[in-house]
Amino acid sequence: MSFLELQGLTKRFGTHVAVDGLSLTVEKGEFVSLLGPSGCGKTTTLQLIAGFVEPTAGAIRLEGRDLLAVKPARRGLGIVFQSYALFPHMTVAENVAFGLEMQGVAAAERARRVGETLDLVGLAAFSGRFPRQMSGGQQQRVALARALVIKPQILLLDEPLSNLDAKLREEMQIELRQIQRSLGTTTILVTHDQGEAMALSDRLVVMNHGRAEQIGAPHEAYEGPATPFVASFLGKTNLVNGSTVRPEKIAFAADGLPGTVRTRIFQGSHWLYQVETAGGLVTVIRQNTGERMPAEGEAVHLTWAAAA
Amino acid sequence: MRAAPYLLSLPALLLFGAVVIVPLVMTVLLSFHDWGQYKGIEPVFVLKNWHEVLTDSYFLEMFWRTFRIAFLVTLLTALFGAPEAYILNRMKSPWRGLFLLVILGPLLISVVARTLGWALLFGGSSGVVNKALASMGLISAPLPFMFTETGVVVALAHVLMPYMVLAVWAALQRLDTQVENAAVALGAGPLTVLRRIVLPQIMPGILSGAVIVFALAASAFATPAIIGGRRLKVASTLAYDEFLNTLNWPLGAAVAVLLLVALVSIVVGTSRLVERRYAQVFS
Repeated sequence: MSFLELQGLTKRFGTHVAVDGLSLTVEKGEFVSLLGPSGCGKTTTLQLIAGFVEPTAGAIRLEGRDLLAVKPARRGLGIVFQSYALFPHMTVAENVAFGLEMQGVAAAERARRVGETLDLVGLAAFSGRFPRQMSGGQQQRVALARALVIKPQILLLDEPLSNLDAKLREEMQIELRQIQRSLGTTTILVTHDQGEAMALSDRLVVMNHGRAEQIGAPHEAYEGPATPFVASFLGKTNLVNGSTVRPEKIAFAADGLPGTVRTRIFQGSHWLYQVETAGGLVTVIRQNTGERMPAEGEAVHLTWAAAA
Repeated sequence: MRAAPYLLSLPALLLFGAVVIVPLVMTVLLSFHDWGQYKGIEPVFVLKNWHEVLTDSYFLEMFWRTFRIAFLVTLLTALFGAPEAYILNRMKSPWRGLFLLVILGPLLISVVARTLGWALLFGGSSGVVNKALASMGLISAPLPFMFTETGVVVALAHVLMPYMVLAVWAALQRLDTQVENAAVALGAGPLTVLRRIVLPQIMPGILSGAVIVFALAASAFATPAIIGGRRLKVASTLAYDEFLNTLNWPLGAAVAVLLLVALVSIVVGTSRLVERRYAQVFS
Protein backbone atom coordinates (compact mmCIF):
# COMPACT_ATOMS: atom_id res chain seq x y z
CA MET A 1 0.00 0.00 0.00
CA SER A 2 1.42 3.34 -0.96
CA PHE A 3 1.47 6.34 1.37
CA LEU A 4 -0.55 8.80 -0.72
CA GLU A 5 -2.71 7.68 -3.57
CA LEU A 6 -4.61 9.79 -6.11
CA GLN A 7 -7.01 7.75 -8.18
CA GLY A 8 -8.79 9.03 -11.29
CA LEU A 9 -8.83 12.50 -9.79
CA THR A 10 -10.97 14.87 -11.89
CA LYS A 11 -12.02 18.47 -11.37
CA ARG A 12 -14.30 20.40 -13.74
CA PHE A 13 -15.06 24.11 -13.44
CA GLY A 14 -18.18 24.44 -15.60
CA THR A 15 -17.12 23.11 -18.98
CA HIS A 16 -13.40 23.53 -18.29
CA VAL A 17 -11.61 20.37 -17.17
CA ALA A 18 -8.82 21.46 -14.83
CA VAL A 19 -7.70 17.98 -13.74
CA ASP A 20 -8.55 15.05 -15.96
CA GLY A 21 -8.39 11.58 -14.43
CA LEU A 22 -5.05 11.98 -12.66
CA SER A 23 -3.69 8.89 -10.92
CA LEU A 24 -0.52 9.00 -8.87
CA THR A 25 1.04 7.17 -5.95
CA VAL A 26 3.56 8.77 -3.63
CA GLU A 27 5.77 6.78 -1.23
CA LYS A 28 6.55 7.88 2.29
CA GLY A 29 9.43 10.35 2.38
CA GLU A 30 9.35 10.89 -1.36
CA PHE A 31 9.71 14.31 -3.02
CA VAL A 32 7.38 14.52 -6.01
CA SER A 33 6.97 17.55 -8.29
CA LEU A 34 3.92 18.43 -10.33
CA LEU A 35 5.45 20.20 -13.29
CA GLY A 36 3.78 21.94 -16.19
CA PRO A 37 2.84 25.23 -17.82
CA SER A 38 0.26 27.51 -16.21
CA GLY A 39 -3.25 26.14 -16.57
CA CYS A 40 -2.08 22.51 -16.70
CA GLY A 41 -3.98 21.65 -13.50
CA LYS A 42 -1.03 21.30 -11.14
CA THR A 43 -2.21 23.94 -8.65
CA THR A 44 -5.77 22.57 -8.73
CA THR A 45 -4.34 19.12 -7.92
CA LEU A 46 -2.56 20.59 -4.90
CA GLN A 47 -5.75 22.33 -3.76
CA LEU A 48 -7.65 19.07 -4.13
CA ILE A 49 -5.16 17.35 -1.84
CA ALA A 50 -5.31 20.28 0.61
CA GLY A 51 -9.11 20.21 0.51
CA PHE A 52 -9.69 23.80 -0.62
CA VAL A 53 -11.35 22.45 -3.77
CA GLU A 54 -13.67 19.44 -3.97
CA PRO A 55 -13.05 16.95 -6.79
CA THR A 56 -15.72 16.19 -9.40
CA ALA A 57 -14.64 12.54 -9.41
CA GLY A 58 -11.88 10.32 -8.11
CA ALA A 59 -10.37 9.42 -4.77
CA ILE A 60 -7.49 10.54 -2.56
CA ARG A 61 -6.19 8.10 0.06
CA LEU A 62 -3.58 8.73 2.73
CA GLU A 63 -2.24 5.54 4.31
CA GLY A 64 -5.34 3.80 2.98
CA ARG A 65 -7.77 6.26 4.63
CA ASP A 66 -10.19 8.30 2.49
CA LEU A 67 -8.76 11.82 2.70
CA LEU A 68 -11.78 13.41 1.01
CA ALA A 69 -13.93 12.52 4.02
CA VAL A 70 -11.60 14.59 6.24
CA LYS A 71 -12.21 18.33 6.62
CA PRO A 72 -9.36 20.56 5.36
CA ALA A 73 -8.72 21.74 8.93
CA ARG A 74 -8.23 18.12 10.08
CA ARG A 75 -5.99 16.87 7.27
CA GLY A 76 -2.83 17.92 9.09
CA LEU A 77 -0.98 18.90 5.94
CA GLY A 78 1.72 21.58 5.83
CA ILE A 79 1.22 24.05 3.01
CA VAL A 80 3.53 26.77 1.71
CA PHE A 81 1.62 29.17 -0.53
CA GLN A 82 3.01 31.09 -3.48
CA SER A 83 2.14 34.38 -1.76
CA TYR A 84 3.45 32.87 1.55
CA ALA A 85 0.07 33.87 3.11
CA LEU A 86 1.67 34.76 6.44
CA PHE A 87 -0.59 36.25 9.11
CA PRO A 88 0.37 39.94 8.79
CA HIS A 89 -0.83 40.89 12.27
CA MET A 90 1.26 38.25 14.04
CA THR A 91 4.98 38.12 14.73
CA VAL A 92 7.15 35.42 13.17
CA ALA A 93 6.98 33.33 16.37
CA GLU A 94 3.20 33.73 16.58
CA ASN A 95 2.84 32.74 12.93
CA VAL A 96 4.84 29.57 13.46
CA ALA A 97 3.10 28.79 16.76
CA PHE A 98 -0.42 29.08 15.30
CA GLY A 99 -0.69 25.51 14.05
CA LEU A 100 0.57 24.10 17.36
CA GLU A 101 -1.90 26.29 19.22
CA MET A 102 -4.71 24.84 17.09
CA GLN A 103 -3.51 21.35 18.03
CA GLY A 104 -3.66 22.32 21.69
CA VAL A 105 0.07 21.92 22.32
CA ALA A 106 1.05 23.34 25.74
CA ALA A 107 2.76 26.73 25.80
CA ALA A 108 6.20 25.54 26.94
CA GLU A 109 6.33 22.74 24.39
CA ARG A 110 5.06 25.16 21.75
CA ALA A 111 7.82 27.66 22.46
CA ARG A 112 10.43 24.91 22.30
CA ARG A 113 9.23 23.57 18.95
CA VAL A 114 8.85 27.06 17.45
CA GLY A 115 12.42 27.84 18.49
CA GLU A 116 13.68 24.55 17.04
CA THR A 117 11.94 25.09 13.71
CA LEU A 118 13.07 28.72 13.39
CA ASP A 119 16.61 27.45 14.02
CA LEU A 120 16.15 24.93 11.23
CA VAL A 121 15.30 27.66 8.71
CA GLY A 122 17.91 30.04 10.13
CA LEU A 123 15.53 32.67 11.49
CA ALA A 124 16.06 32.26 15.24
CA ALA A 125 16.97 35.95 15.57
CA PHE A 126 13.82 37.18 13.85
CA SER A 127 11.09 35.67 16.03
CA GLY A 128 9.77 39.06 17.20
CA ARG A 129 9.52 40.63 13.75
CA PHE A 130 6.34 41.16 11.76
CA PRO A 131 6.18 39.73 8.21
CA ARG A 132 6.15 43.22 6.62
CA GLN A 133 9.52 43.92 8.18
CA MET A 134 11.19 40.99 6.40
CA SER A 135 12.52 40.30 2.91
CA GLY A 136 10.82 37.92 0.48
CA GLY A 137 13.35 35.16 1.19
CA GLN A 138 12.90 35.49 4.93
CA GLN A 139 9.10 35.46 4.61
CA GLN A 140 9.45 32.32 2.53
CA ARG A 141 11.39 30.64 5.35
CA VAL A 142 8.77 31.70 7.89
CA ALA A 143 6.10 30.11 5.69
CA LEU A 144 8.19 26.93 5.50
CA ALA A 145 8.73 26.89 9.27
CA ARG A 146 5.01 27.42 9.87
CA ALA A 147 4.21 24.43 7.66
CA LEU A 148 6.93 22.17 9.11
CA VAL A 149 6.43 22.86 12.81
CA ILE A 150 3.20 20.83 12.94
CA LYS A 151 5.16 17.77 11.69
CA PRO A 152 2.81 17.36 8.72
CA GLN A 153 2.26 13.98 7.09
CA ILE A 154 2.67 15.69 3.73
CA LEU A 155 4.29 19.01 2.87
CA LEU A 156 2.59 20.79 -0.05
CA LEU A 157 4.61 23.52 -1.77
CA ASP A 158 2.80 25.80 -4.23
CA GLU A 159 5.40 27.57 -6.39
CA PRO A 160 7.24 28.48 -3.19
CA LEU A 161 10.32 29.94 -4.84
CA SER A 162 8.80 31.77 -7.79
CA ASN A 163 8.78 35.18 -6.08
CA LEU A 164 12.50 35.07 -5.29
CA ASP A 165 15.34 36.32 -7.49
CA ALA A 166 17.47 33.76 -9.35
CA LYS A 167 20.42 33.61 -6.92
CA LEU A 168 18.26 33.36 -3.82
CA ARG A 169 16.08 30.78 -5.54
CA GLU A 170 19.08 28.53 -6.13
CA GLU A 171 20.18 28.87 -2.48
CA MET A 172 16.69 28.08 -1.27
CA GLN A 173 16.50 25.03 -3.55
CA ILE A 174 19.57 23.56 -1.91
CA GLU A 175 18.30 24.43 1.55
CA LEU A 176 14.83 23.08 0.87
CA ARG A 177 16.28 19.81 -0.34
CA GLN A 178 18.53 19.48 2.72
CA ILE A 179 15.66 20.20 5.11
CA GLN A 180 13.34 17.80 3.34
CA ARG A 181 15.97 15.02 3.35
CA SER A 182 16.83 15.54 7.03
CA LEU A 183 13.18 15.49 8.17
CA GLY A 184 12.07 12.85 5.68
CA THR A 185 8.75 14.64 5.13
CA THR A 186 6.78 13.44 2.12
CA THR A 187 6.68 16.49 -0.14
CA ILE A 188 4.67 17.53 -3.19
CA LEU A 189 5.95 20.55 -5.07
CA VAL A 190 3.99 22.44 -7.70
CA THR A 191 6.16 24.37 -10.12
CA HIS A 192 6.41 25.56 -13.70
CA ASP A 193 10.21 25.69 -13.47
CA GLN A 194 11.65 22.45 -14.90
CA GLY A 195 15.10 23.20 -13.45
CA GLU A 196 13.67 23.51 -9.98
CA ALA A 197 11.60 20.36 -10.36
CA MET A 198 14.57 18.32 -11.62
CA ALA A 199 16.91 19.67 -8.94
CA LEU A 200 14.60 18.88 -6.04
CA SER A 201 12.50 15.87 -6.77
CA ASP A 202 12.78 12.11 -6.63
CA ARG A 203 10.04 11.88 -9.24
CA LEU A 204 8.38 14.27 -11.67
CA VAL A 205 4.79 14.38 -12.84
CA VAL A 206 4.84 16.33 -16.09
CA MET A 207 1.32 17.68 -16.57
CA ASN A 208 -0.46 19.17 -19.58
CA HIS A 209 -4.18 19.93 -20.01
CA GLY A 210 -5.02 18.31 -16.70
CA ARG A 211 -3.34 14.99 -17.50
CA ALA A 212 -0.05 13.43 -16.45
CA GLU A 213 2.01 13.13 -19.63
CA GLN A 214 4.81 11.30 -17.83
CA ILE A 215 5.61 10.19 -14.31
CA GLY A 216 9.20 9.24 -13.56
CA ALA A 217 12.58 10.13 -12.12
CA PRO A 218 13.95 13.46 -13.45
CA HIS A 219 16.84 11.99 -15.50
CA GLU A 220 14.55 9.24 -16.81
CA ALA A 221 12.01 11.75 -18.08
CA TYR A 222 14.75 13.98 -19.45
CA GLU A 223 16.57 11.22 -21.30
CA GLY A 224 13.50 9.27 -22.36
CA PRO A 225 10.60 11.68 -22.74
CA ALA A 226 7.32 9.83 -23.33
CA THR A 227 5.82 12.55 -25.50
CA PRO A 228 7.09 15.49 -27.59
CA PHE A 229 5.51 17.79 -24.99
CA VAL A 230 7.61 16.29 -22.19
CA ALA A 231 10.73 16.49 -24.37
CA SER A 232 10.26 20.18 -25.12
CA PHE A 233 9.09 21.13 -21.63
CA LEU A 234 12.00 19.51 -19.80
CA GLY A 235 14.71 21.22 -21.83
CA LYS A 236 15.97 22.28 -25.23
CA THR A 237 15.53 19.66 -27.96
CA ASN A 238 16.48 19.19 -31.58
CA LEU A 239 14.41 17.26 -34.04
CA VAL A 240 17.05 15.85 -36.39
CA ASN A 241 16.16 13.27 -39.07
CA GLY A 242 12.97 12.36 -37.18
CA SER A 243 14.55 11.73 -33.80
CA THR A 244 14.85 14.09 -30.82
CA VAL A 245 18.35 14.84 -29.58
CA ARG A 246 19.32 16.99 -26.56
CA PRO A 247 21.68 19.83 -27.54
CA GLU A 248 24.38 18.78 -25.05
CA LYS A 249 24.55 15.29 -26.63
CA ILE A 250 25.74 16.71 -29.96
CA ALA A 251 29.46 17.15 -30.50
CA PHE A 252 31.63 18.79 -33.16
CA ALA A 253 33.69 16.23 -35.04
CA ALA A 254 35.85 15.71 -38.13
CA ASP A 255 32.88 14.25 -39.99
CA GLY A 256 29.11 13.77 -39.53
CA LEU A 257 26.20 16.07 -40.38
CA PRO A 258 27.72 19.12 -42.13
CA GLY A 259 26.60 22.60 -41.17
CA THR A 260 27.55 26.25 -40.63
CA VAL A 261 27.66 28.07 -37.29
CA ARG A 262 24.97 30.80 -37.36
CA THR A 263 25.33 32.14 -33.81
CA ARG A 264 27.59 31.40 -30.88
CA ILE A 265 26.69 32.58 -27.39
CA PHE A 266 29.07 32.36 -24.42
CA GLN A 267 27.24 31.42 -21.21
CA GLY A 268 30.15 31.04 -18.79
CA SER A 269 30.13 27.33 -18.03
CA HIS A 270 29.17 26.44 -21.60
CA TRP A 271 28.75 27.61 -25.17
CA LEU A 272 25.38 27.76 -26.94
CA TYR A 273 25.47 27.22 -30.72
CA GLN A 274 22.92 27.51 -33.49
CA VAL A 275 24.14 25.47 -36.45
CA GLU A 276 22.47 25.56 -39.85
CA THR A 277 22.33 22.12 -41.47
CA ALA A 278 20.47 20.49 -44.34
CA GLY A 279 17.97 19.16 -41.74
CA GLY A 280 17.28 22.64 -40.32
CA LEU A 281 18.62 24.70 -37.43
CA VAL A 282 20.30 22.57 -34.72
CA THR A 283 21.00 23.78 -31.19
CA VAL A 284 24.28 22.57 -29.72
CA ILE A 285 25.53 23.04 -26.17
CA ARG A 286 29.24 22.41 -25.49
CA GLN A 287 30.90 22.60 -22.14
CA ASN A 288 33.50 25.34 -21.75
CA THR A 289 36.72 23.36 -21.31
CA GLY A 290 38.94 26.27 -22.26
CA GLU A 291 39.69 24.78 -25.67
CA ARG A 292 39.23 26.73 -28.90
CA MET A 293 35.64 26.49 -30.15
CA PRO A 294 34.29 27.00 -33.71
CA ALA A 295 33.52 30.66 -34.46
CA GLU A 296 30.46 32.10 -36.20
CA GLY A 297 30.46 31.35 -39.93
CA GLU A 298 32.76 28.32 -39.59
CA ALA A 299 31.85 25.07 -41.32
CA VAL A 300 31.45 22.20 -38.82
CA HIS A 301 30.36 18.57 -38.66
CA LEU A 302 27.93 17.30 -36.00
CA THR A 303 27.82 13.82 -34.46
CA TRP A 304 25.73 12.27 -31.72
CA ALA A 305 25.10 8.85 -30.30
CA ALA A 306 21.92 7.12 -31.45
CA ALA A 307 19.02 7.62 -29.04
CA ALA A 308 19.09 5.15 -26.16
CA MET B 1 9.90 79.53 -9.61
CA ARG B 2 9.57 78.37 -5.99
CA ALA B 3 6.48 80.57 -5.59
CA ALA B 4 4.49 78.87 -8.33
CA PRO B 5 2.97 76.08 -6.20
CA TYR B 6 1.88 78.59 -3.58
CA LEU B 7 0.45 80.97 -6.15
CA LEU B 8 -1.44 78.12 -7.79
CA SER B 9 -3.00 77.05 -4.51
CA LEU B 10 -3.84 80.64 -3.57
CA PRO B 11 -7.41 80.64 -4.99
CA ALA B 12 -8.28 77.46 -3.10
CA LEU B 13 -6.66 78.82 0.07
CA LEU B 14 -8.60 82.08 -0.24
CA LEU B 15 -11.87 80.19 -0.68
CA PHE B 16 -11.03 77.89 2.25
CA GLY B 17 -10.17 80.91 4.40
CA ALA B 18 -13.33 82.78 3.43
CA VAL B 19 -15.79 79.93 3.99
CA VAL B 20 -14.13 77.98 6.82
CA ILE B 21 -11.50 79.89 8.76
CA VAL B 22 -13.19 83.32 8.92
CA PRO B 23 -16.61 82.07 10.12
CA LEU B 24 -14.86 79.78 12.60
CA VAL B 25 -12.78 82.62 14.04
CA MET B 26 -15.89 84.79 14.17
CA THR B 27 -17.77 82.06 16.04
CA VAL B 28 -14.93 81.76 18.54
CA LEU B 29 -14.89 85.54 19.03
CA LEU B 30 -18.69 85.56 19.34
CA SER B 31 -18.51 83.11 22.22
CA PHE B 32 -16.70 85.77 24.29
CA HIS B 33 -19.32 88.50 23.65
CA ASP B 34 -22.01 89.51 26.11
CA TRP B 35 -25.75 89.13 25.60
CA GLY B 36 -28.83 90.40 27.39
CA GLN B 37 -32.54 89.97 26.90
CA TYR B 38 -33.01 93.68 26.07
CA LYS B 39 -29.57 94.92 25.07
CA GLY B 40 -28.85 92.10 22.53
CA ILE B 41 -25.26 91.24 21.65
CA GLU B 42 -22.54 93.46 23.07
CA PRO B 43 -19.10 93.14 21.45
CA VAL B 44 -17.10 93.04 24.65
CA PHE B 45 -14.75 90.39 26.06
CA VAL B 46 -16.37 88.37 28.86
CA LEU B 47 -15.96 84.76 30.00
CA LYS B 48 -19.61 84.57 31.09
CA ASN B 49 -20.74 82.12 28.38
CA TRP B 50 -17.82 79.79 28.86
CA HIS B 51 -18.28 79.91 32.61
CA GLU B 52 -21.93 78.99 32.15
CA VAL B 53 -21.29 76.20 29.64
CA LEU B 54 -18.53 74.63 31.74
CA THR B 55 -20.18 74.84 35.16
CA ASP B 56 -23.94 74.58 34.63
CA SER B 57 -25.00 70.97 35.13
CA TYR B 58 -27.59 71.39 32.36
CA PHE B 59 -24.84 71.76 29.74
CA LEU B 60 -22.72 69.08 31.33
CA GLU B 61 -25.60 66.61 31.12
CA MET B 62 -26.32 67.62 27.54
CA PHE B 63 -22.70 67.11 26.41
CA TRP B 64 -22.52 63.84 28.31
CA ARG B 65 -25.71 62.74 26.49
CA THR B 66 -24.30 63.82 23.11
CA PHE B 67 -21.17 61.71 23.49
CA ARG B 68 -23.06 58.81 25.06
CA ILE B 69 -25.37 58.74 22.02
CA ALA B 70 -22.39 59.02 19.64
CA PHE B 71 -20.61 56.17 21.43
CA LEU B 72 -23.65 53.89 21.36
CA VAL B 73 -24.26 54.68 17.68
CA THR B 74 -20.61 53.84 16.92
CA LEU B 75 -20.91 50.57 18.81
CA LEU B 76 -24.13 49.64 16.99
CA THR B 77 -22.73 50.43 13.53
CA ALA B 78 -19.59 48.40 14.31
CA LEU B 79 -21.60 45.43 15.60
CA PHE B 80 -23.89 45.37 12.58
CA GLY B 81 -21.79 47.06 9.88
CA ALA B 82 -18.66 44.89 10.15
CA PRO B 83 -20.50 41.54 9.75
CA GLU B 84 -22.63 43.14 7.04
CA ALA B 85 -19.53 44.10 5.08
CA TYR B 86 -18.01 40.64 5.61
CA ILE B 87 -21.11 38.82 4.36
CA LEU B 88 -21.37 41.24 1.45
CA ASN B 89 -17.76 40.52 0.53
CA ARG B 90 -18.39 36.78 0.42
CA MET B 91 -21.40 37.07 -1.88
CA LYS B 92 -21.15 36.01 -5.52
CA SER B 93 -20.95 38.42 -8.41
CA PRO B 94 -24.46 39.68 -9.28
CA TRP B 95 -25.74 39.69 -5.69
CA ARG B 96 -22.75 41.48 -4.29
CA GLY B 97 -23.22 44.56 -6.47
CA LEU B 98 -26.96 44.55 -5.85
CA PHE B 99 -26.69 44.39 -2.07
CA LEU B 100 -23.88 46.92 -1.99
CA LEU B 101 -26.27 49.26 -3.78
CA VAL B 102 -29.01 48.44 -1.25
CA ILE B 103 -26.67 49.33 1.59
CA LEU B 104 -25.23 52.46 0.03
CA GLY B 105 -28.48 53.57 -1.62
CA PRO B 106 -29.75 55.42 1.47
CA LEU B 107 -26.79 57.80 1.10
CA LEU B 108 -28.57 59.11 -1.99
CA ILE B 109 -31.65 60.04 0.05
CA SER B 110 -31.76 63.05 2.35
CA VAL B 111 -31.06 62.35 6.04
CA VAL B 112 -34.30 64.19 6.83
CA ALA B 113 -36.34 61.84 4.66
CA ARG B 114 -34.67 58.77 6.17
CA THR B 115 -35.25 59.99 9.70
CA LEU B 116 -38.87 60.89 8.99
CA GLY B 117 -39.29 57.26 7.91
CA TRP B 118 -38.55 56.23 11.51
CA ALA B 119 -41.00 58.84 12.74
CA LEU B 120 -43.66 57.39 10.42
CA LEU B 121 -43.03 53.92 11.80
CA PHE B 122 -42.88 54.77 15.50
CA GLY B 123 -44.35 58.27 15.81
CA GLY B 124 -46.93 58.03 18.59
CA SER B 125 -50.17 56.05 18.32
CA SER B 126 -50.51 56.79 14.58
CA GLY B 127 -47.10 55.26 13.74
CA VAL B 128 -47.41 52.27 11.41
CA VAL B 129 -45.55 49.83 13.66
CA ASN B 130 -47.31 51.03 16.80
CA LYS B 131 -50.71 50.70 15.09
CA ALA B 132 -49.93 47.19 13.87
CA LEU B 133 -48.65 46.00 17.25
CA ALA B 134 -51.57 47.59 19.06
CA SER B 135 -54.11 45.99 16.71
CA MET B 136 -52.50 42.61 17.39
CA GLY B 137 -52.90 43.34 21.06
CA LEU B 138 -49.14 43.08 21.70
CA ILE B 139 -48.81 46.59 23.16
CA SER B 140 -51.29 48.86 24.89
CA ALA B 141 -49.36 52.14 24.56
CA PRO B 142 -47.08 53.31 21.70
CA LEU B 143 -43.50 52.03 21.98
CA PRO B 144 -41.28 54.68 23.56
CA PHE B 145 -39.23 55.70 20.54
CA MET B 146 -39.92 59.32 19.72
CA PHE B 147 -38.17 61.83 22.02
CA THR B 148 -36.11 59.04 23.62
CA GLU B 149 -32.40 58.37 23.58
CA THR B 150 -33.05 54.87 22.24
CA GLY B 151 -34.92 56.36 19.30
CA VAL B 152 -32.12 58.80 18.48
CA VAL B 153 -29.46 56.06 18.77
CA VAL B 154 -31.36 53.62 16.53
CA ALA B 155 -32.20 56.23 13.87
CA LEU B 156 -28.63 57.62 13.85
CA ALA B 157 -27.15 54.11 13.62
CA HIS B 158 -29.33 53.49 10.58
CA VAL B 159 -28.39 56.79 8.95
CA LEU B 160 -24.64 56.32 9.54
CA MET B 161 -24.37 52.56 8.85
CA PRO B 162 -23.12 52.99 5.24
CA TYR B 163 -19.98 54.79 6.43
CA MET B 164 -19.03 51.83 8.63
CA VAL B 165 -19.83 49.29 5.91
CA LEU B 166 -17.70 51.22 3.41
CA ALA B 167 -14.73 51.49 5.76
CA VAL B 168 -14.79 47.77 6.61
CA TRP B 169 -15.43 46.87 2.96
CA ALA B 170 -12.26 48.74 1.95
CA ALA B 171 -10.26 46.84 4.59
CA LEU B 172 -11.69 43.50 3.41
CA GLN B 173 -10.57 44.17 -0.16
CA ARG B 174 -6.96 44.06 1.02
CA LEU B 175 -7.27 40.58 2.57
CA ASP B 176 -5.53 37.67 0.85
CA THR B 177 -7.91 34.67 0.81
CA GLN B 178 -4.86 32.38 0.89
CA VAL B 179 -4.15 33.67 4.41
CA GLU B 180 -7.52 32.30 5.54
CA ASN B 181 -6.74 29.01 3.73
CA ALA B 182 -3.39 28.87 5.51
CA ALA B 183 -5.14 29.13 8.87
CA VAL B 184 -7.63 26.42 7.87
CA ALA B 185 -4.81 24.11 6.79
CA LEU B 186 -3.18 24.63 10.20
CA GLY B 187 -6.33 23.33 11.86
CA ALA B 188 -8.40 26.46 12.52
CA GLY B 189 -12.20 26.17 12.40
CA PRO B 190 -14.36 28.81 10.69
CA LEU B 191 -14.97 30.79 13.91
CA THR B 192 -11.29 30.74 14.84
CA VAL B 193 -10.38 31.99 11.36
CA LEU B 194 -12.87 34.83 11.76
CA ARG B 195 -11.72 35.80 15.24
CA ARG B 196 -7.96 35.26 14.98
CA ILE B 197 -7.25 35.95 11.31
CA VAL B 198 -9.96 38.09 9.68
CA LEU B 199 -10.98 40.37 12.55
CA PRO B 200 -7.48 41.56 13.51
CA GLN B 201 -6.74 42.36 9.88
CA ILE B 202 -9.88 44.45 9.36
CA MET B 203 -9.61 46.13 12.78
CA PRO B 204 -7.99 49.27 11.32
CA GLY B 205 -10.98 49.53 8.95
CA ILE B 206 -13.46 49.14 11.80
CA LEU B 207 -11.61 51.75 13.85
CA SER B 208 -11.43 54.28 11.02
CA GLY B 209 -15.13 53.68 10.34
CA ALA B 210 -15.77 54.21 14.06
CA VAL B 211 -13.95 57.56 14.04
CA ILE B 212 -16.07 58.76 11.08
CA VAL B 213 -19.35 57.51 12.57
CA PHE B 214 -18.54 58.95 16.01
CA ALA B 215 -17.75 62.39 14.61
CA LEU B 216 -20.87 62.42 12.43
CA ALA B 217 -23.10 61.14 15.25
CA ALA B 218 -21.83 63.66 17.80
CA SER B 219 -22.35 66.57 15.40
CA ALA B 220 -25.55 65.27 13.75
CA PHE B 221 -28.41 67.73 13.66
CA ALA B 222 -31.34 66.54 11.54
CA THR B 223 -31.88 63.16 13.21
CA PRO B 224 -31.73 64.33 16.85
CA ALA B 225 -33.85 67.34 15.89
CA ILE B 226 -36.62 65.16 14.43
CA ILE B 227 -36.50 62.16 16.77
CA GLY B 228 -35.24 63.86 19.93
CA GLY B 229 -36.98 67.19 19.36
CA ARG B 230 -36.96 69.83 22.08
CA ARG B 231 -37.36 67.30 24.82
CA LEU B 232 -34.11 65.49 24.19
CA LYS B 233 -31.46 68.00 23.26
CA VAL B 234 -27.95 67.26 22.10
CA ALA B 235 -25.12 69.75 21.56
CA SER B 236 -26.00 70.62 17.97
CA THR B 237 -29.76 71.06 18.56
CA LEU B 238 -29.00 73.10 21.67
CA ALA B 239 -26.70 75.43 19.74
CA TYR B 240 -29.40 75.76 17.09
CA ASP B 241 -31.99 76.69 19.72
CA GLU B 242 -29.73 79.26 21.36
CA PHE B 243 -29.12 80.88 17.99
CA LEU B 244 -32.63 80.84 16.55
CA ASN B 245 -35.05 80.71 19.49
CA THR B 246 -33.43 82.31 22.51
CA LEU B 247 -31.34 84.49 20.17
CA ASN B 248 -28.47 84.14 22.64
CA TRP B 249 -25.85 83.84 19.91
CA PRO B 250 -22.80 84.08 22.17
CA LEU B 251 -23.95 81.16 24.32
CA GLY B 252 -24.81 79.13 21.22
CA ALA B 253 -21.35 79.92 19.87
CA ALA B 254 -19.73 78.69 23.08
CA VAL B 255 -21.66 75.40 22.84
CA ALA B 256 -20.69 74.99 19.19
CA VAL B 257 -16.99 75.73 19.79
CA LEU B 258 -16.86 73.39 22.76
CA LEU B 259 -18.42 70.59 20.65
CA LEU B 260 -15.87 71.24 17.91
CA VAL B 261 -12.90 71.21 20.30
CA ALA B 262 -14.10 68.07 22.08
CA LEU B 263 -14.71 66.26 18.80
CA VAL B 264 -11.41 67.25 17.21
CA SER B 265 -9.45 66.12 20.26
CA ILE B 266 -11.30 62.79 20.45
CA VAL B 267 -10.93 62.07 16.73
CA VAL B 268 -7.28 63.12 16.51
CA GLY B 269 -6.43 61.28 19.72
CA THR B 270 -8.07 58.08 18.54
CA SER B 271 -6.48 58.22 15.09
CA ARG B 272 -3.04 58.70 16.66
CA LEU B 273 -3.61 55.74 18.92
CA VAL B 274 -4.79 53.55 16.03
CA GLU B 275 -1.86 54.56 13.83
CA ARG B 276 0.67 53.84 16.54
CA ARG B 277 -0.93 50.50 17.38
CA TYR B 278 -0.90 49.27 13.77
CA ALA B 279 2.18 51.05 12.41
CA GLN B 280 4.39 47.95 12.55
CA VAL B 281 1.84 45.64 11.09
CA PHE B 282 0.20 47.55 8.27
CA SER B 283 2.39 50.13 6.57
